[in-house]
This record gives sequence, structure tokens and C-alpha cells, in this order.
Amino acid sequence: MSAAAHSVVEPSTTSKRVAATLVIVYAVVSMIPLFWIFATSFKTPPDSIAYPPKIVFTPSIEGYCNLFTTRTRQTAEYINALPPATSFCDETTRKRNMVIAGPSNFLPRFLNSIVIAFGSTFLAVFLGTLAAYGFSRFKVPLADDLLFFILSTRFMPPIAVAIPIYLMYREIGLSDTALGMILLYTAVNVSLAVWLLKGFIDEIPREYEEAAMIDGYTRLQAFWRVVLPQATTGIAATAIFCLIFAWNEYAFAALLTSGTAQTAPPFIPTIIGEGGQDWPAVAAGTTIFLVPILVFTILLRKQLLRGITFGAVRK
Amino acid sequence: MQDLTGRRPVVTDTHPSLLDRTMEAAARATPEPLATTVRGLSDRMVAWIFIAPTILLLLAINIFPLIWTIRLSFTNYRANRPNEAVKDIGLSNYARILTDSDTWMAMQTTAHFVLWTIVLQTLIGFTLAYLIDRKFRGHAVWTTIILVPMMLSPAVVGNFWRFLYEPQIGLFAYIVSFFTGIPPTEILMLSNVTLAPWAIVIVDTWMWTPYVMLICLAGLRSIPDYIYEAAEVDRASNWRQFWSITLPMALPFIMLAVLFRGIENFKMFDMVNLLTGGGPGSTTEVASITLKREAFEKWRTGFSSAFAIILFVAVFGLANIYVKVLNRVKSR
Repeated sequence: MSAAAHSVVEPSTTSKRVAATLVIVYAVVSMIPLFWIFATSFKTPPDSIAYPPKIVFTPSIEGYCNLFTTRTRQTAEYINALPPATSFCDETTRKRNMVIAGPSNFLPRFLNSIVIAFGSTFLAVFLGTLAAYGFSRFKVPLADDLLFFILSTRFMPPIAVAIPIYLMYREIGLSDTALGMILLYTAVNVSLAVWLLKGFIDEIPREYEEAAMIDGYTRLQAFWRVVLPQATTGIAATAIFCLIFAWNEYAFAALLTSGTAQTAPPFIPTIIGEGGQDWPAVAAGTTIFLVPILVFTILLRKQLLRGITFGAVRK
Repeated sequence: MQDLTGRRPVVTDTHPSLLDRTMEAAARATPEPLATTVRGLSDRMVAWIFIAPTILLLLAINIFPLIWTIRLSFTNYRANRPNEAVKDIGLSNYARILTDSDTWMAMQTTAHFVLWTIVLQTLIGFTLAYLIDRKFRGHAVWTTIILVPMMLSPAVVGNFWRFLYEPQIGLFAYIVSFFTGIPPTEILMLSNVTLAPWAIVIVDTWMWTPYVMLICLAGLRSIPDYIYEAAEVDRASNWRQFWSITLPMALPFIMLAVLFRGIENFKMFDMVNLLTGGGPGSTTEVASITLKREAFEKWRTGFSSAFAIILFVAVFGLANIYVKVLNRVKSR
């Protein structure tokens, strides 16, 4: 992102001002839905459905309470007979004539998301680094065709892939297991990993390894001690891209998991309260789910372009 | 010169004896074939050991199932009745899909969706990129902010848009009625037959315009300044410069973005499934939704396998063109 001044092509001050205004207006408008998710997560259920929509409201963590718990309706006598409330969540629940019955499924689903996303990312980056090095440094027969084959698997429509995977996993007992999801996400992510990492490894001069090999290193030692340390930025960026994909994925998760291995994306839309969707709880779940992505996006901002073009566009 | 951001140019800590100059000299003195005879595994072996696991995984998780799908597409198999005898019915699944008005409707809905999202995202995305390329102060920060929506989960965020679209209480309805005076109870974005397809187009555009913007921005930045300088010398007007330099030179990048969005939206599932589930009626039933209904609700596995294969072929063709453009852009 160079901002070098060029006497001839430097845009005029007025055009810069107009451009800045329009871009900022777009950015602000496009942030409204995200702001609304965040705001709704701190509203009480009545506040969340008020008309006109409330921009100023008393913040409450009731949404977060509802996200992590299941509640049952009880009579006033029953609630009055209970020992005093021990937490804020207890108290607010009782005010709504309910008691906390137990933890909700959000935490296990969220943990599933973490296990599956990290597991598949680790595998995809591991396999991808090896394959990328292979394609980058050696004359592989039909390399272009193999690379196209690898990339094309990423373009397959998920529902079309899910049909045979569903049958296959049913046969070999991988239905609704974290391992099954990890393997599936690894297969999807490895294509991105190979392409991205090949770009990064191509940038490391091969003279480094060759010199190391003259010095007595074997090819594997040269790969391990010379290439890998040079590729850490690329590996980290690739890992974050894989992580984001696995974290966000919905279609496979919705069709192939139903209980024990279900991840957060198919779970969050099913959070319901009394008389419909519990929007503050959904917003709370969405907020918790989105925060890691926001952090990663900021970390990745310089590599985003590379990531979304499979390493083809670098700057 | 390639950009080696944040990378140390030479590894000195792992092997201090490897000093730059010796290394370069050694490298220059080493023709490629010689390197392969250095001890350890031969390069050919290393290459295959490194590449094979990836290929095997893809064969197991992608290609084997694909072949299975092709096999099933010629049968009347139903996954919910695994014990029933499977009959080979030849090409009749394909014949039925190509003559069935419902699947054609789904293809048409998909085509509309793809067309409108691409038109809107390219127009807005390119304009934004053009504006950001004016390099006003703080443009990098605003660019990062604009990019946020495309990194988020379409399912989780799409789901929240249902709330924004609620006719009585939703923020979207409120804002629209604030500016137009239409009562908010009448803005039925997700249940009105005419509005529902647009509801999806709006969310998709909100989410993916940043993607098109980012790639267009790369295209604009790839145009060397000296071309504009030459045009200035020739006194070409701004308008002329835009049409004969900016647009043609950024075109491969725009193509790249359009193709990728086209492929992605051709197989769009998550957002539509959560926003409308294909409704009202079947007005927003895109191909993936039809496929899901056939495969996982009606359990017509054989029929849906044939449909899946047809979608594969279409996507595969598009992906082929995409990779060609990708390689063209890469050589820039």
C-alpha cells in the first residue's frame, strides 16, 4: 500500500475528499448490521423487539445468561420458596418467572467448533506444506494438472459432496463424529493450503537449500532447517485462512452432524426462547462466535488478497 | 522484485557457516541435477512422499465419493431405505432432471441470483476500489473495516439478518419505512414473493462486495504509473484515461472476482437456507436448496446424485476458466 507522491497522477485534493466521504459512508453503513448484533446481545428480550428499535437502552447480560442456560417456567410460590439467587443470571431468570434448569448446548457446540477447526487446520497446513514444497521445488510430472485437480476439489458444491460423504460415513461409522468433520474440512482446506503455500515457498530462493545441501544437509534437513523457518509467515497466514473456513462452515456441518459433533454455525440459528427466536441470546452467541474472526481479520489484513485468490495476487 | 514481507533474508542461526557470499557462490556452482545426488532420499522420492498424502486424502474424500455419486446417479437408490433392492435405471434420472420444470425453475432462480449479485457487487466493488485508490488519508484503515463482512460466517450472520428483516421489529424495515414512509408492517422482506429474492441479493451484496473491491483494488494498483504519466503528456482527458487505461488493465482482475463470485453463488446454500429456506413457495429455491430437499428430505438419493453430477460439470467448467484467468493475472 504505497502512497508515493507522483506529481502527474496524484489525485486532486477535492477528488480525495469526495472519495474519502463516499468510502467512509459505505464503511459505516456496512457496519450497521454488525453493530446491531453487538447491541442486541446486550438487550433484554423486551428491549430487543421494541418498536421503534432502541438505540439507547440499559445494557443487560440476560442474552448471555440465556445463551448458556436452559430455563423452565415455574409458579411464583415455587420461586419464592427457593433459596436466594446466587448470581445475576439466577436473578433475572426468576424475575421472568423461570428457573435455570441446566446448561444449554452452546458450550459443547462451541468446543466442537474449536476442536474441529483447529484439528482440520493443523492437518491441512501439515499436508499442504509438504505438497507445496514438493510442487515448488521438484519437477512433478503433470504438475499443472495435479494442481488444477487439487484446486477444483474446492469448487465442488458442498451439498453434492455431502450426499456420498453421508453414505460413506454411515458405512464406516464416521457419521456425526469430530474425526469425520476434521477429515472433511482438511480435504476442503488442503487445496487452499497447497496453493497458498506454494506461492510463499516459491518466493524463498532455492539457492538457500542448495547451499545447505552442498554443506552436507540432506534434502529433508534442508527443508526442515532452512525452508520451514523462512516460510513461517506464510504458514501462519495459511493456517488462519484454513481456520476461518472451518470455523465458518455451515453446509457440511448442518447436513452431516446432528448431535455430538455439531458445530456452532448450525446450532446458533436453533436457539429459541419462549414464543419464538430468543434474539438477544442468538446475538450473544453470534457475538462470541464472530470475535475470533474479527481478531484474525485484523491480523491477516495484509495477506487477505493472497488468501482469497489462492496465492495468485500478491500485492 | 518479490515482496518478502517480514521474512529474514538469510537463515544465520540454524547454520552459521552459511554466509551469504559462500552460499551464493556455491549455489551458482551447483547445477540442479547435482543437488539430487546429495545423500539422503532422492529428490524424486521426497517429491512423492511430500505430495502423495494430499493426493490420497483428496482421492478418499473427494474423488471416491464422486465416483460413488456417478454410480448412484444411474439407480433408484434411496438412502433412507438401505435394505431395498437397488435397480439400475440407466439415464432416466438425468432425463427427468432435464425435463422437470421444478429443476429448471431452480436453475432459473439460481441464474437470477448469480446475475444480480454479480452486477451489484462488481459495480459497487469497483467503484469503492476506484475511490480507495484515490489514496486519501486513512484509506488503509477504512479498507480493513470494509473487508470485515466477507470474513464472517455467511450462515451465522445470514441468520441474524432474519432479525434485521423482521417486518415489525427489524432494523431494516424501520430504516426503509423511515425514509419512504411505507408502514414497517408492510415491508415483508422474507415472506413477500417479489421481495424475498432481493432480500437474499442484499445480504450477499453486503457480504461479498468487499471481496470484489479488494481484487479490483489489486488490479488498479497493478497499473504502472508511467502509463498514466504518458497519457498526461498526451493530454488525454480523465474520462479517456479511465476507458482506455484503467478499465482494460484492471479487467482480468475484475474477471477473476466475477468468476469466483459466480461459482460461489452458483452453489449458494447456507445463506438462502437460513434466510428463506427456499420460500416463500419456491421463489428463492436455488439449485443447492433443491438438491438438499431431494437428497436429505425426500431421500431420492439416485435422483439427487444425478442432479449433483450436473452441477459438478457446470462448476468444473467455470473453475477451468477461473484457473486460466488466475494464471493470467499471476503472470502480471
